[in-house]
Amino acid sequence: MRFAIVVFPGSNCDRDCHYAANKVLGEKAVFVWHKAKRFPDADCVILPGGFSYGDYLRTGAIARFSPIMKHIVDFAGRGGLVIGICNGFQILLEAGLLPGAMLRNSGLRFICKYVHIKTENASTPFTASCGAGRVLEIPIAHNEGNFYIDGKGLKELEENGQIVFRYCEADGKVTKKANPNGAVSNIAGIVNKRGNVLGMMPHPERASESALGSEDGALIFKSIIDHAGKR
Amino acid sequence: MIENTGAIDKDIYRALGLRDEDYRRIIRILGREPSPTELAMFSVEWSEHCGYSRSRSLLKKLPRKGRYRVLIGEDSGGIVMGDSAIVFKMESHNHPSQLEPKQGAATGVGGIIRDIFTAGARPIASLNSLRFGPLSEPYNRYLLKGVVDGIQFYGNCLGVPTVGGEVYFDESYSGNCLVNAMSIGIARKDKLARARAQGAGNSIIYVGSSTGRDGIGGCSVLASQEFGEGDEKRPSVQIGDPFTEKCLIEATLEALSRGGIVGIKDMGAAGLTCSISEMAFDGKAGIDADLDKVPRREEGMEPWEVMMSESQERMLVCVKKGREDEVMRIFHKWDLNAVRIGEVTGEKVVRIRNKGRIVAEIPPDALADAPIFKMSSKRPAGSGRIKRLNARKLPVPEDLNKVFTKLISSPTIASKEWIYRQYDHMVQAKTISLPGSDAAVLRLEGTKKGIAAATDCNGLYCYLDPYRGAQIAVSEAARNIACSGAEPAAVTDCLNFGNPDKEETYWYFENAVKGIADSCRFFGIPVVSGNVSFYNESPKGPVYPTPAIGMIGIIDDTARLCTRGFKNEDDIIILFGETKEELGASEYLKEIHGVVRGPVPEINLEREKRIRTAVLECIKKGYLNSAHDCSEGGLAVAVAESCFGDGRRILGAVIDNLKEKIRLDALLFGESQSRVIASANKIMFNQVRKIAEKEGAPVTVIGRAGGRRLSIFRGQRKVVDVPVKSLYKTWSLSIEKRLERGS
Repeated sequence: MRFAIVVFPGSNCDRDCHYAANKVLGEKAVFVWHKAKRFPDADCVILPGGFSYGDYLRTGAIARFSPIMKHIVDFAGRGGLVIGICNGFQILLEAGLLPGAMLRNSGLRFICKYVHIKTENASTPFTASCGAGRVLEIPIAHNEGNFYIDGKGLKELEENGQIVFRYCEADGKVTKKANPNGAVSNIAGIVNKRGNVLGMMPHPERASESALGSEDGALIFKSIIDHAGKR
Repeated sequence: MIENTGAIDKDIYRALGLRDEDYRRIIRILGREPSPTELAMFSVEWSEHCGYSRSRSLLKKLPRKGRYRVLIGEDSGGIVMGDSAIVFKMESHNHPSQLEPKQGAATGVGGIIRDIFTAGARPIASLNSLRFGPLSEPYNRYLLKGVVDGIQFYGNCLGVPTVGGEVYFDESYSGNCLVNAMSIGIARKDKLARARAQGAGNSIIYVGSSTGRDGIGGCSVLASQEFGEGDEKRPSVQIGDPFTEKCLIEATLEALSRGGIVGIKDMGAAGLTCSISEMAFDGKAGIDADLDKVPRREEGMEPWEVMMSESQERMLVCVKKGREDEVMRIFHKWDLNAVRIGEVTGEKVVRIRNKGRIVAEIPPDALADAPIFKMSSKRPAGSGRIKRLNARKLPVPEDLNKVFTKLISSPTIASKEWIYRQYDHMVQAKTISLPGSDAAVLRLEGTKKGIAAATDCNGLYCYLDPYRGAQIAVSEAARNIACSGAEPAAVTDCLNFGNPDKEETYWYFENAVKGIADSCRFFGIPVVSGNVSFYNESPKGPVYPTPAIGMIGIIDDTARLCTRGFKNEDDIIILFGETKEELGASEYLKEIHGVVRGPVPEINLEREKRIRTAVLECIKKGYLNSAHDCSEGGLAVAVAESCFGDGRRILGAVIDNLKEKIRLDALLFGESQSRVIASANKIMFNQVRKIAEKEGAPVTVIGRAGGRRLSIFRGQRKVVDVPVKSLYKTWSLSIEKRLERGS
């Protein structure tokens, strides 16, 4: 299978995603420049973390106008798998590929630390290897991870099973204390209705080897690889 | 020919930091009066910050040889390990941070990282060494918050993890905080870049941000003078744009990998003046540059302003003739300016043109060769007296639980979690030892090896005894590196002192440099790069002499990585080294008794080396489950920190085999050097003892890990007994609480 990793000016987790996909999981991975005229063949597109265009404006607000985004919207429309991690998630929200918006962390500070997230929906292409209810230990590193959606939107997400990950305690309890950034309903990751576009704040590429403190992130990559293999 | 504009007024060159004899020397060199642009160029290149007039002769004493081949570059230094070069350096940004903490710290990070990638190395980690006045003062709280905000703002955006460092709080830094930033990069050794302009006809290309009026005189007016009462120098602080720097990193590394580049240098202190004149000097060539071509962000800038501007995120590149387009295309791809502003010439002259006229014409040697001053030093009156301590006058406190809890919440000792949580310390996926151990550890892709890094310096020790204090800073950094399982390999230093023209201040500087030189030479650890920051004084006086040591070490097999936290219930706790009755200069004396004096703990380098070697050997063999250097707060604090680990798993401990017949407070909180608290499975102790005996290192089992309390006995008497989780809370939340409630 083949991952395509988009590089915006200011992306800074692109190389880490490449390392995880290629060196850790042994799959093909290519970088795609944000101004690339041709979009490469790929089974899954990764929008990596970072500060696209510096994020001096609202996070992801400029990246959504980048020339590559048209291709990504098309790719997602054809049912291709897209995963946006951290800044990638913020860009997906700005681009309208996922519902909701991102606010500054409730503590008004950048937070970098390992957190626990609960797999709320294990029937997506991104989570099949995790298993329902599985608690993953994966780090976050962001200033704007406070996911917001209105009551109606939240209800829809819940009814459609679009909430994929929630911040939780080590034992899986979803509590206020476990919520690092104030996100509505402890949301750490969501998919679109069709289930082929995932946005998540935690960084699975930083937690795919025991040397880095956790291998749980690899489960997400494995799910994607299995899904691509089945097609 | 340059037009004669007449003699320049004394007040003008003096305001730029030049002395009368410097001005006379300039006239001698040029054979005429300098033009305003030339005067500006001399003033920045000859400033203490760039020219090292007051420190160069002493710095030559620092050793440059070690186990690994040493690289000394124009802007940084490093070591060679196999096919790789590890490039690193530490630099100060104290004065800008004192005035405008966020931008001051941010541009400090930006500047040091440019020094790394300009050498062709990809920056893989940052550390910082910070000093502030007490958090009870509102301005110091503002500084801490602002500095941390600046470091996170810049470093996080760049995607260079901030993996470690240290922070101390002391009254002496009120009015002049210290912000020292260190950066580490890695390159293939055959891909290292030089900062030279060579080959007549080759092009000089300006890349990066446009030039504005920000930072004019940053190095001369701001960094090379003492602070007055006001903050009228704020316009000399630069503004950082990490996004542009991120693009500059990628474009530079991409361009360097393609070839066609002869040399490259960042525009840091002294901006264009520095990069043009030093690239010409280091390449033994001349440069002819036209300022009209320099991208500007402001209208109507005078030529001297363009030459002195310290606008950030700019570099100068010397490109082989005929390959300009190829190189410029890469920078344009990243939406950066890339403009040919001049060319290399065969005559050794730096010639600057503006609006069709020559505004400066100077031999690069003259600019680079700042005058060396004869410095005099004098032992300060009373420096012997403050080293004496009459401990009999100090009662041993009754309630040691209370004392312990108070000590552990002192900001210097308390957890720095509030700070490092805000730094992305994991990006690049190399950080294999999370913050909260003695050293940060980064793995090197494709090998089993890792780099450990730590910074260290106890300014109070250096104030009481600069020679010994500096030796301890080096020793402790090496001990921290060893506790992570790494062999100490090389040092960068950032020497923060007061006004060197005061003889007493220079005495501190002289002795501290000697202390670093002697200890590094003894340990065989080379000093490969560094920075001197003088004039760290407020109207209240100078800061404590603070020669910050940044050290890196090499781990051969990262599977043997060691951290400071106890791992298992019932592991034995081992003390390497010995506790003596040494209360002087301790954090305990300062925090609990309000006494700042006393002899600095003894340091014996031979003994230090034996103990360090024994600990490292035991780690490499896999005998130890944790190791932690015993420093500020003494044995009790070190044991507590090992109980806390990285906060993810907290264990208690019982310490019940302390036999030293010394004052109880010295036993618990004294800061005797060359001690390490380790833990191991008890079946390993025989092996540990054998290694320790072979190395001649004292080793004792002092207790065991486990349970929910931290209890310390002396004989049968329980002298400390606290629930370890509540102690952890006190320790981990202390800084945050002080910032929130404002005391």
